[in-house]
Amino acid sequence: MAKFNMSPLKNPMPTQDPAVRNGNFNEVALGYSAETAIEEAKRCIACKNRPCVSACPVNIQIPEFIAKVAEGDFEGAYQIIAQDSSLPAVCGRVCPQETQCEGKCTRGIKAGCEAVGIGRLERFVADWHNENNPVQPIPAPSNGHKVAVVGSGPAGLTCAGDLAKMGYEVTVFEALHVAGGVLVYGIPEFRLPKAIVQKEVENLKALGVKIETNMVIGRVLTIEELKEEYGFDAVFIGSGAGLPKFMNIPGESLKGVYSANEFLTRSNLMKAYRVDSRTPIQRGKCVAVVGGGNVAMDAARTAKRLGAEVHIVYRRGEEELPARKEEIEHAKEEGIIFDLLTNPTRILATEVTDPRDPRYGWVAGIECIRMQLGEADESGRRSPVAVAGSEFVLPVDCVIMSLGTSPNPLLKDTTPALETLRRGEIAVDEVGKTSIEGVYCGGDAATGAATVIKAMGAGKVAAKAIDEYIRGKEE
Amino acid sequence: MYQIVAKKSLNPTVTQMEILAPFVAKKAKAGQFVILRVDEDGERIPLTVAGYDREKGTVTIIFQIVGGTTKRLNEKNAGEYIPDFVGPLGKPTHLEGLKKVCVVGGGVGCAIALPVAKALCEQGAEVTSIVGFRSKDLVILEEEFKNCSSRFCMMTDDGSYGRAGNVCVPLKEMLENGERFDEVITIGPLIMMKFVCLTTKEYGVKTIASMNPIMIDGTGMCGGCRLTVGGKMKFACVDGPEFDGHEIDFDEAMSRSRTYADFETRERETACNLFKKEVE
Repeated sequence: MAKFNMSPLKNPMPTQDPAVRNGNFNEVALGYSAETAIEEAKRCIACKNRPCVSACPVNIQIPEFIAKVAEGDFEGAYQIIAQDSSLPAVCGRVCPQETQCEGKCTRGIKAGCEAVGIGRLERFVADWHNENNPVQPIPAPSNGHKVAVVGSGPAGLTCAGDLAKMGYEVTVFEALHVAGGVLVYGIPEFRLPKAIVQKEVENLKALGVKIETNMVIGRVLTIEELKEEYGFDAVFIGSGAGLPKFMNIPGESLKGVYSANEFLTRSNLMKAYRVDSRTPIQRGKCVAVVGGGNVAMDAARTAKRLGAEVHIVYRRGEEELPARKEEIEHAKEEGIIFDLLTNPTRILATEVTDPRDPRYGWVAGIECIRMQLGEADESGRRSPVAVAGSEFVLPVDCVIMSLGTSPNPLLKDTTPALETLRRGEIAVDEVGKTSIEGVYCGGDAATGAATVIKAMGAGKVAAKAIDEYIRGKEE
Repeated sequence: MYQIVAKKSLNPTVTQMEILAPFVAKKAKAGQFVILRVDEDGERIPLTVAGYDREKGTVTIIFQIVGGTTKRLNEKNAGEYIPDFVGPLGKPTHLEGLKKVCVVGGGVGCAIALPVAKALCEQGAEVTSIVGFRSKDLVILEEEFKNCSSRFCMMTDDGSYGRAGNVCVPLKEMLENGERFDEVITIGPLIMMKFVCLTTKEYGVKTIASMNPIMIDGTGMCGGCRLTVGGKMKFACVDGPEFDGHEIDFDEAMSRSRTYADFETRERETACNLFKKEVE
């Protein structure tokens, strides 16, 4: 038997048929079987320079875990991943591997060759562990120090997990009624089943992490009170970037206009996609999603599943779409229409003038203008320029604005000593230290909207820095 | 879980509850709100804080039974629990420096106007309260208002109690007679607040209106509660819930408040049908 599998291509990921899945909320990707996982793992040639590890924001020991998979030792593989990642089942699903580990994989360098399916293997290993090995992790003995974590998204959960493993008594404060942050309110069920997030949260609780939901830090307790009155030695802020942006064009307050955050929160967190949900959501006939990022793809694919014809309206071209290639492909397969080089100018209302008429004040269309690409801007992307006189109306009854988000101002407003940057990001150094002693921050709250894994990386770095800070104080 | 420690019916459609929520009770101030869920798969609804007892650790809410969720909440009794109760959210009412204020409340909005009137009274301000209801059987909190007001005016639409007419009638009379308030604070149905603001605008009296739009998280995340104030988009949950009434686009707010009217009608009918089955 050959030691390595030299097939140039990845083992394909089995998925639900696009024509079926665009009518349900079950997970799109079905996961590798044990046989396929072993096959795929054998594609890793255990190269010496290990570029995948340095390209991973949390530096998972990738060749080592893959070697265990190739041997069929799946639990062994899980234990290796778990040393560096607190949320493997999540990362295996939502990480942009193509720009991280897999983007640097030696097997993918040559033209026509694909990287090892590291993300797919990570997902397989995590799912295998969760299904077959419900061994409760053993909490580390307490070192007598308390750390508060604000926000239970990827940054907060990672920081909490790492600190708990070191023996800290960690309490996570979450504003919503369930833990998980963007993993539960933002990313849809069909991409990341909520049961998986729940399982990862349960794993953290088994490590001794306390999770307090319904606690809006800044309002119910301040950062200062956490430190002074409640005896937390340090605080980690992982409050994310949840404040939605709008375009400031006419008609954005019409009924039928949502921020992607609201639309996704209704569907994901509040389960409005279920017919028996007590939270309403508009099931539009024709929906325009404005924006081209991953969140726009999530909103579009959710609207599609709720029964609409869906248009992505994006002002630049296909090449410039910021969403992951895989998400764009999935969206296209599911029948999402891409109106590229198109920019909204205003949202039009129904022509009904009597406010008592139930049709009054609803969206009836979105006026757009054609764009063409001009010179590259400072980000290197070619900036779009409107083509004069090319306005046209897309007749839609629902518009979802997915233009990005900025950090929530609530903590800044209630913590005057906390320094922030121009767009409201909390100012931090390279290890996440803020302007207040003993207060650290990481993830979208510090960087503006980015990815789950970057937030996890920041949570991990901050956990190390918090440990050093607390131990330094003791000496 | 949060325990309902007391429940009282104020009128056939309005109920008062005290909820044990020590962290919220410790920080709550007049003008702020909470978000609660009644059951594990329930929706999140915002309710303005109607009172609090920092020592007992309780927060008072007063709600009108208007939809499925408030109906289910009303079915809970003292001693029972609700799964979620988060707050205090929003900015508190600015009361500093106010010496002479007119508080105008309408319907269940009076429940929220009361803590404002009380706080003003406690800081030694001269409080005029104007409260309006559709009819006598819907009147709530009359004694409580009288206790903290130097002048009290009861209005009913049908004239079955107090004076007949809406709250703008006495307000306009007072302003016409040269009465000068530092501020008018109004809390009630959108249509009432709109006309209160139109009335005071004529006389150039600063007016604050408390808004309660549709929202989910209450922390600035969904943007569902957006309003146009002075031509700018504002989020009621983090920028409000109180705004300069002369700047609010009430017509837009009224339209947006009916976004889920169809859904709510269906929910209410389902809830009522279930109720019918239970009594059969």
